[in-house]
Amino acid sequence: MTAYLITDASIVGGEVADLLLDNGEIVAVGTNLAESIKGGPADAEIIDAAGLIALPGLVDLHTHLREPGREDAETVLTGTRAAALGGFTAVFAMANTDPVADTAGVVEQVWRLGREAGYADVFPIGAVTVGRQGTQLAELGAMADSAARVRVFSDDGDCVWDAALMRRALEYVKAFGGTIAQHAQEPRLTKGAQMNEGALSGVLGLQGWPSVAEEAIIARDILLNHHVGSKLHICHLSTKGSVDIVRAAKKRGLEVTAEVTPHHLLLTEDLASTYNPVFKVNPPLRTKEDVEAVREGLADGTIDIVATDHAPHPVEDKDCEWSAAAFGMLGLETALSVVQHAMVDTKLLTWAEVADRMSYRPAAIGQISDHGQPLVAGAPANVVLVDPAAQREIKSAESASLSRNTPFHGMTLPGKVVATFLRGEPTVLNGQAK
Amino acid sequence: MRHLLSAGDLSLDEANLILDTAEEMRSLADRPIKKLPALRGRTVVNLFFEDSTRTRISFEAAAKRLSADVINFSAKGSSVSKGESLKDTALTLQAMGADGVVCRHGASGAPHLLATSGWMTGAIVNAGDGTHEHPTQALLDAFTMRRHLGSLEGRRITIVGDVLHSRVARSNVLLLSTLGADVTVVAPPTLLPVDMSRWPCTTSYDFDSVLPKSDAVMMLRVQRERMGEAFFPSAREYTRRYGLDVHRMAQLSDEAIVLHPGPMNRGMEISAEVADSTRSVIVEQVTNGVAVRMAVLYLLLSGSNETSSEEQNA
Amino acid sequence: MSPAPVPVPRTVLDASDISRALTRIAHEILERNRGADPVVLLGIPTRGVGLATRISERIAAVEGQSVPTGSLDVTMYRDDIGLKPARALEHTDIPPGGIDGKVVVLVDDVLFSGRTIRAALDAIGDIGRPKAVQLAVLVDRGHRELPIRADYVGKNLPTSLVERVTVHLTEYDGTDAVLIADKTGAAV
Repeated sequence: MTAYLITDASIVGGEVADLLLDNGEIVAVGTNLAESIKGGPADAEIIDAAGLIALPGLVDLHTHLREPGREDAETVLTGTRAAALGGFTAVFAMANTDPVADTAGVVEQVWRLGREAGYADVFPIGAVTVGRQGTQLAELGAMADSAARVRVFSDDGDCVWDAALMRRALEYVKAFGGTIAQHAQEPRLTKGAQMNEGALSGVLGLQGWPSVAEEAIIARDILLNHHVGSKLHICHLSTKGSVDIVRAAKKRGLEVTAEVTPHHLLLTEDLASTYNPVFKVNPPLRTKEDVEAVREGLADGTIDIVATDHAPHPVEDKDCEWSAAAFGMLGLETALSVVQHAMVDTKLLTWAEVADRMSYRPAAIGQISDHGQPLVAGAPANVVLVDPAAQREIKSAESASLSRNTPFHGMTLPGKVVATFLRGEPTVLNGQAK
Repeated sequence: MRHLLSAGDLSLDEANLILDTAEEMRSLADRPIKKLPALRGRTVVNLFFEDSTRTRISFEAAAKRLSADVINFSAKGSSVSKGESLKDTALTLQAMGADGVVCRHGASGAPHLLATSGWMTGAIVNAGDGTHEHPTQALLDAFTMRRHLGSLEGRRITIVGDVLHSRVARSNVLLLSTLGADVTVVAPPTLLPVDMSRWPCTTSYDFDSVLPKSDAVMMLRVQRERMGEAFFPSAREYTRRYGLDVHRMAQLSDEAIVLHPGPMNRGMEISAEVADSTRSVIVEQVTNGVAVRMAVLYLLLSGSNETSSEEQNA
Repeated sequence: MSPAPVPVPRTVLDASDISRALTRIAHEILERNRGADPVVLLGIPTRGVGLATRISERIAAVEGQSVPTGSLDVTMYRDDIGLKPARALEHTDIPPGGIDGKVVVLVDDVLFSGRTIRAALDAIGDIGRPKAVQLAVLVDRGHRELPIRADYVGKNLPTSLVERVTVHLTEYDGTDAVLIADKTGAAV
């Protein structure tokens, strides 16, 4: 196994130091490490990281890898390669595959595919209900006990809207310390909904998706979770009202964690006026006020993490009229750039806080120990090197994903992932996937 | 003007150009030969993804009176219902050399997509898209009102009914405000968009308070199915509060007119007596529809699309 | 550098020249058609309409009886439609009584290639079947591209193709004049 000596990197945006990676671990962090290499520096490949920032490998708690079932949109291989290019070393694969990841068999299949792909560790998320139908609990315990060791459960794509069922799910996973990740969307209020409900939806004639459809479920579930004392995570929170509810709950000491997507940190509903379905997403893009609120929420810790909700779709599902198009956007390859643009360059987050929101905390919520560790000697060598001074134009055709539905096409964003190391092995080097 | 997608895209000058051109087209109805050579050799495709016989035949008559070749493409009920199909259809029409495409679609924004996707180069006329817009309906309504009321500047026009789901209402509010009219929309709160701050009109829940001040009243079709979705309790209650019957009509000023884009639910939003009264210009709207659509097709399709008129006049 | 001199077009007909020419044309129309009875005047917008009205007034003064006068827009009949951007339509106004069996006198300001008149003949064909069609123009500047000639001409004006002939009428331009200029607008 090759050792790597990363020289002169700014450690999570702070002090400049060298990092020596060997045997899957960070062996040392310090200055002039070249001299301390056994058998001399020739034994290690040296990566000049002057001007680059070293972050712990990013962890995405919300990825759609589409395999099994929609291998035309994404596979575990292509999805994890996109993840590595985005600086991720671990992704949590959502359960809405075909078949649904609602049994130990399916989650083990996804887990095994991830191990074989090798670009990033894949942690399957199990469905809460059988077939994500919202009527009967899936075998949560079997998934937890499987080789995949599932700890996060979600019907993402659909809401566990039945309050009684949600209560039982929260209660049941207490037995093995699981977390229910809720896709907060009251179904009756969003039947046929196409975009954020507001002044613009009324003009565009696209059926409105009210904020309250998200907020009502979040409020309900926080109270339910408080009642049963389990672990609740809110997926892709998108509205100012949701931020207010979660903030108030945390202030009262109620247990809840929440995520926001990169696109909700940057894009607004105005893009719907193009009728270009690349901007169609669930939950929908919201208003400028909502964007400001989720940024503030992420900055003050109300929102715990950034999760991509990377949702690949084949061209034909987006190259069509808005109402016929699929919901979802690519996110893995652009997440860090968007966060830098929306949060770091605006001084809302430091790079150390980015490491917290995109690595430490998502790993903690997902209960994985080999990821999301600080860059110290003895930690797993999951490291990403970022050039914060780079500017790049996003081009959908250059996506490593099998799909092309990035909403950032044509935008120039800051920051570029130069290298990603998974347990000491480069998955990305010089900006190229290995 | 390259396409007609939204009534809101029309400047005052463009709107007046269409309406003035329509006046000339309207006079054609009195001639022995109701045909003009303006679009000879041009192909107009009526691309209808939704049934709408009256709109289609209106466009068809308009295109034929301008000597265009007309192809009717009715996609309703065929395998064309979503997705790639719109693209494939567009590519097919492009390959056939469609100079203009009149598109009716159940999805809001579908004509917009045809115009911006690069799938085809022809001019797109929105003939009604989802719950978004129906600009030629608004033009024919404005044309009809102008013939009866003269300039619409400062005129009070009231639009009543299911504004939330009405493409006719959206296009009318935008066009009438461009033409300087004072527009009020009247509906139960459930049938208005929740936030109308971007609409250049005022809103009211009370029909009777608005009626006496109105120069024109436009009644929108209300679908009985909306009851099932709890938009209003019953047809009877809707009619009582928002229907136009002879008693309400009596509150109108002498010269005020009544419009309806059709098809009407007689006895629901409008009583038969009102629909057949002398104030009603509903039949005239249909006649004017052909003239207005001729004007739109003429202005979009008769010229070359290489140079803009600005360049030419410079 | 001194500024280029502002080009000034040359006046070839002034107000009284125009007036005399129209009076003569009115008389010629009456002579040729043995009175005003069969005549319908159709001006081609824009300035042909004004000229038709003036001829009509002169005929009324002479005959004590007015002739039906209207306008005929030929925009949609032009052979260059589709080659240029869409043009706004002008008003077509066929006098009550129509044109069937009448002598239609088309009135235009300048006769040049003849293409406008060809378009007018097609337009007339869609409106009715006159006994005859005649043509009156204020200026014939030559350079015909079609076998068309005027029956009544105010002034024959030999021109080169690069020159521009402009007719001003009081009701549109505030003054009566026929001007000729080169491409830059300077007098020739």
